[in-house]
Amino acid sequence: MSFDATYRDKAFKSVGTRPLRPDGVDKVTGRARYGADFNMPGQLVARVLRSPHAHARIKRIDTSRAEAVRGVKAVITAADLPDLTDGDASLLAILDNCMARTKALYDGHAVAAVAAIDEKSAKQALKLIEVEYEILPHVVDVDAAARPDAPILNEAIRTSGVEPAPDTPSNVANRSEFGHGDVDAGFAQADVIVERSYRTEQTHQGYIEPHACVANCNPDGTTDLWVCTQGHFVYRQTCADLLGLEVSKLRVTSSEIGGGFGGKTHVWAEPVALALSRKAGRPVKLVMSREEVFRASGPTSATSIDVKIGAKADGTITAAEATLRYSNGPYADMWAELGAMTSFACYDLENVKTVGFEVLVNRPKVAAYRAPSAPMAAFAVESAVDELAHKIGMDAVEFRIRNAAKEGTRSSYGPVYGPIGIGPTLEAAKAHPHMSAPLGENQGRGMACGFWFNFGGQTCTDLNINADGTVTLAVGTVDVGGSRASLSLIAAEELGIDYQNVKAVVADTATLGYNDMTDGSRGTFSSSMATISAARNAIEVMRRRAALTWDIPVEDVHWEDGHAKAAGSKYDNLSPLSVKEIAAESGNSGGPIAGHSEMVADGAGVSFATHLCDVEVDPETGSTRIVRYTVIQDAGKAVHPAYVEGQYQGGAAQGIGWALNEEYIYGEDGRLQNPGFLDYRIPVCSDLPMIDTQILEIPNPNHPYGVRGVGETSIVPPLAAIANAVSNAVGVRMTHIPMSPPRILAALNADKDG
Amino acid sequence: MVTVTLWAGLVPLADNQKTLEVEADTIRDLLRQLTERYPGLRDPIKNEVAVVIDGVIYRDDRSRPLPDGAEVFLMRRLAGG
Repeated sequence: MSFDATYRDKAFKSVGTRPLRPDGVDKVTGRARYGADFNMPGQLVARVLRSPHAHARIKRIDTSRAEAVRGVKAVITAADLPDLTDGDASLLAILDNCMARTKALYDGHAVAAVAAIDEKSAKQALKLIEVEYEILPHVVDVDAAARPDAPILNEAIRTSGVEPAPDTPSNVANRSEFGHGDVDAGFAQADVIVERSYRTEQTHQGYIEPHACVANCNPDGTTDLWVCTQGHFVYRQTCADLLGLEVSKLRVTSSEIGGGFGGKTHVWAEPVALALSRKAGRPVKLVMSREEVFRASGPTSATSIDVKIGAKADGTITAAEATLRYSNGPYADMWAELGAMTSFACYDLENVKTVGFEVLVNRPKVAAYRAPSAPMAAFAVESAVDELAHKIGMDAVEFRIRNAAKEGTRSSYGPVYGPIGIGPTLEAAKAHPHMSAPLGENQGRGMACGFWFNFGGQTCTDLNINADGTVTLAVGTVDVGGSRASLSLIAAEELGIDYQNVKAVVADTATLGYNDMTDGSRGTFSSSMATISAARNAIEVMRRRAALTWDIPVEDVHWEDGHAKAAGSKYDNLSPLSVKEIAAESGNSGGPIAGHSEMVADGAGVSFATHLCDVEVDPETGSTRIVRYTVIQDAGKAVHPAYVEGQYQGGAAQGIGWALNEEYIYGEDGRLQNPGFLDYRIPVCSDLPMIDTQILEIPNPNHPYGVRGVGETSIVPPLAAIANAVSNAVGVRMTHIPMSPPRILAALNADKDG
Repeated sequence: MVTVTLWAGLVPLADNQKTLEVEADTIRDLLRQLTERYPGLRDPIKNEVAVVIDGVIYRDDRSRPLPDGAEVFLMRRLAGG
């Protein structure tokens, strides 16, 4: 279907307004149905047995005593999830992560599961499953795992991306490299060089709702899955592939989602619940506990990053280099590669080189977390950029403006940029009152920039004009951040009707064509394009209906302000027909009126942000308080500005937690020591100031309304902005995230001693 | 005619060439010609490629025209959160 996505400047009536959130009342009154709120008659309770060992060979599993427990209806191990992946290594890794096949690869790795009539029976059965382990040496530290003498997780892995190809196994699964120019020549031209190493610890997305699902496999092969996910169509495909199900017979319905941030783009428990239901012949409900979410869902990478940047005395960067080592968990992915691509993307560099190493460790499989991999790279690079500006004696914002990427710049990851927004965010920062506000005792100010790619993807939407003139919009992208509101605004705008007359719902996989998941900041970007297309198709139907009603050629009917209007003086006696009037006659003019759209929404455009932050550090305790925080980001066009501000604030809030407190802490035994919100501290309201936002609107040329994705970029700058602020406050460069009180005190003491 | 730059991981699969000249009108045409010329590229192109045209990333739209003289990059498909 042809659809012209080119941006056209226009005045908006609905887009850009701030109506009440359509899901707000349900969420605050408890009526909204999240993953764990769904139940079926006769459903069983599932519980998962998890490895207490970081690395162990599974020599034997005996489930016979568990199966004999009264009330137990099914017990499964990897034997119940046979390998149907047909040589697809990434799919096999997903299967192995759902249920360990030969080795437990991290503390918390699933080794068996039980479905029983109640929780008590399930827990009793778990205790009776006998697993004989051969405990193996483990490694959880990213640098230690990369050393040649480290315990090897997978003997089949040879480092790819290096020449000549190695013939010995390694935990370094892949090397990737990006850049251009000659960095050695560039450093030779530099008057000042900053070279440092940085570390960030592993964090979790910290979504409030744990993973939850209900699976129901029927004897005829039809299967239902109700699940909390960012992408029910993707879950359908993955589960069908893993369990050998027919896609058309597996119907997946997404629940309301209590946060995902990338962590609900991967299946963890769902194939297990389906396998249990298939074996038991009953519906099975599986809800992960918070401890299980921490131990066995997908946190972000821990990293170790070396950065070297050189500049002339006038502030021009002459060369930049970074080596990035990212932990992947036990399965290889592209997390360091993403870090290597994004590291220097904000800057116009003649000579740049980044190298990424994917490192396997005995920790949970890493998952995407909001602009995955970019925040850690930005922390390292933006810290070094700040230090370089200080050494040269330039203002940190001016230094960045001088070196900022612009249209025509060759990006550090390869392509040449079109029109981009890093310059405007920096200019806005320079002019912002925050920059000139006075600072108090023990306070410091920091700033940093951030980049993320954004993308679109496959999208399918139905728009139905009901007989009363109201509109139902069925979309297939899960609403994680307000897309039902923004898409309703888009439909209202395009049709020329009131926002209150549009109701958007997320359709299940049986009632709409395939949609990619809501990730890559694509929810509103992609589905709004499909909604515009569907609305325009519905308008075409309504024009034809009006022509029929008036008995005039359809070419003489045009659409304006929510009405079909007959063009030309010969039709002066014909009053315009509203959507409501056309809909009321639909039964007699050809039947229901609908618009459909299926498309690939591409051309999302890259995204930039600049953050400003003031902190106050208590020199006695090392405790840090965020005093003031400002987010400046380009939205292209803010469809529902309150939600856009919410995305900006949410990214900053998560970044504040990551920067100051959050980290996975492992013991010598390779077990996670803090799998709960008491010991893994995410920010609460009292930890945060009002986070100020400034929305820039530089239209995306590849979207009819100029919309860009806004969900992810806001988490990229905070680690660096806060680190720069803390460093400025205490006078010591902080190089290790999180900057928890003990780590700040240690840095202060080392500085005193040194 | 467009000049295509491959990401480093693809270079060994294309006779160690980092850039290639291809006479192609669309992304689909480009990828078809690349897989015909270098069969080793078939799997990565099928599963993990995104195409960047003059700085804009296209992950799925294989009908996208390639303007003459366009700068084209093959990038790995990205993960998002």
